[in-house]
Amino acid sequence: MPLLELENVSVSYGRIEAVRGVSLTVEEGELVTLIGANGAGKTTTMRAISGIRPLSTGTIRFDGRDITRMKAHERVVAGVVQAPEGRGVFPGMTVIENLEMGAYARTFKTKAEHDATLDNVFELFPRLAERKTQVGGTMSGGEQQMLAIGRALMARPKLLLLDEPSMGLAPMVIQQIFRIISEIHDQGTTVLLVEQNAQQALSRSDRAYILETGEVTTTGPGKDLLVDPAVKAAYLGVA
Amino acid sequence: MTTTTNTPASTSGRPYHGVGDRVRLWWDAQARPTQWLIGVPFIVFIAFLPVLRIPVLTTVGTDFGSVMAQFGMIALVAIGLNVVVGQAGLLDLGYVGFYAIGAYTVALLTSPDSPWNLTDQWLSQDWAWLFCVPIAIAITAISGLILGSPTLRLRGDYLAIVTLGFGEIVRLLADNLTTITGGGQGLKRVAYPRLGESTEHPDGVFSAGNSAPPWNSGLWWFWVSIVLIVIVLLVVGNLERSRVGRAWVAIREDEDAAEIMGVPTFKFKLWAFVIGAGIGGLSGALYAGQVQFVVPTNFNVVNSMFFLCAVVLGGQGNKLGVILGAFVIVYLPNFFLGRTDLFGISIDGNTIASYKYLFFGLALIILMIFRPQGLLPARQKLLAYSRQLYQAARRAVLAGEGRTTPVPADGTVDGRGPAATKDGGER
Repeated sequence: MPLLELENVSVSYGRIEAVRGVSLTVEEGELVTLIGANGAGKTTTMRAISGIRPLSTGTIRFDGRDITRMKAHERVVAGVVQAPEGRGVFPGMTVIENLEMGAYARTFKTKAEHDATLDNVFELFPRLAERKTQVGGTMSGGEQQMLAIGRALMARPKLLLLDEPSMGLAPMVIQQIFRIISEIHDQGTTVLLVEQNAQQALSRSDRAYILETGEVTTTGPGKDLLVDPAVKAAYLGVA
Repeated sequence: MTTTTNTPASTSGRPYHGVGDRVRLWWDAQARPTQWLIGVPFIVFIAFLPVLRIPVLTTVGTDFGSVMAQFGMIALVAIGLNVVVGQAGLLDLGYVGFYAIGAYTVALLTSPDSPWNLTDQWLSQDWAWLFCVPIAIAITAISGLILGSPTLRLRGDYLAIVTLGFGEIVRLLADNLTTITGGGQGLKRVAYPRLGESTEHPDGVFSAGNSAPPWNSGLWWFWVSIVLIVIVLLVVGNLERSRVGRAWVAIREDEDAAEIMGVPTFKFKLWAFVIGAGIGGLSGALYAGQVQFVVPTNFNVVNSMFFLCAVVLGGQGNKLGVILGAFVIVYLPNFFLGRTDLFGISIDGNTIASYKYLFFGLALIILMIFRPQGLLPARQKLLAYSRQLYQAARRAVLAGEGRTTPVPADGTVDGRGPAATKDGGER
């Protein structure tokens, strides 16, 4: 049984259908990528999974439960945690406060567990450890992205949703972020990644779905899609 | 307006080092008992200001005691509105509606002009006011729930407009339900605490008839409001430091991010609304008791703006700041009212006072340019941790006193730091 299963999901903004009949699965322990151009419906799909956007049709199952009607904050408790697009860190809170907010819905049972999780986040992102008391809004784009991912990890997700973590970052930082995503995945967290940066994303993911104008057009293992002529032409900039 | 809390401190990128920041840093570094030791005498001093009659400070046109009583009520309103606007970041332009509901609840239950008057039946006139205060709080809190449940799904400007409408609806209802509220005639002889009755004060010290300064009814009501303010501050302060307060800060900062972090945003916004409404109702009940006469014109939309002005001027999100804001709003016009001479310069105080809206408008514009976070700004921190952080920072400052390099706690301590563009850096 897959950890996450979307069945025929459609999402509309008014009369415009942004996502049309998307079905996808994420198995436990996988790193799955959803790639597509601007406006393909990637972020909308993500928002449907995290519960910010209601579905017009279809069902979402997580961990064997139907979560289609579940509210966004309840899904966090269930284990679906998102690092939102555009980072969405709390601008006036310090790094530590942002991270503690991550654990808001899933509080730690013991202090040891809390410290271990926090230490792990700081190990993944040493930059955050150096800037514990800096205010989120004054950090650079890359640091904010790290903070957003670190904050999501504080909720100890069963499924981590990453929405365009490379958006607006310098190539060096993108490399770094992707390396860390792989590391998080290696630690045993299931990851669903939404990306435009197909090269990086495909080479690191177990499987991938390609989304075009709200529909899934291609799917397969990441490495295969990387050499698929059609994908190459459309997303990797190689003719 | 809600976003002002999020904007970095200044555009030029220099952190603030105002006197207020220093005082707060020092204050937060003190232990609880020390804070009480300094705080209590200070409050007592403020409480006796109307008795001391310090020459320039004392108002001329209106009795100083009444001015301070009015300040006490507006301070309560500001604290309540601050929960909604400052803590949870919900722009409420109809807060006067809750103030009105609180005042009318007491008036309707105790005025002989009202069809629902209880004082001629089983409720003793002596205790009627006190009995009605919790009822007023409960009814306004419920009205907050009724207004909030459908409207809190809206955001920002839309919420502001709906609440603006609510304030007007309450006033128009009071004006037009003539058979119940007396319409424009209002409700007279509202109950008040009948305490301290003597030959000198046949109706007790709280009666509006007790007008000879300095020990007049204004002073007594001021004292009542001080007690209520301290109680409300303790309650609100504890809420701020709890999970509820953390949720409010998160909602204020970024509502979507808060929801994604598992904060039930709607529930906590509703809580902020209900608690804010309850405090507004309490203040309204205080007003009804003090003035002993309630008319709809006292609850027009300008008052809503006035309340908001106190919150924004004083510093959204900072409880002491909004009390200072309330003081400025109430005291300054009264300071000039009736004054013809200031430090030897002859002035026309009445004219200055009558232009108060112009001056407050100007003051707000100037404030938005030079100090958008208000006179005493909030520190934009999760309060649950700030105290410890402040104490740590204080120790660092003390330890680093003599060092040539500035302590790095600088920007991080006042919670704003050197302002940088939000997405600067690695773009």
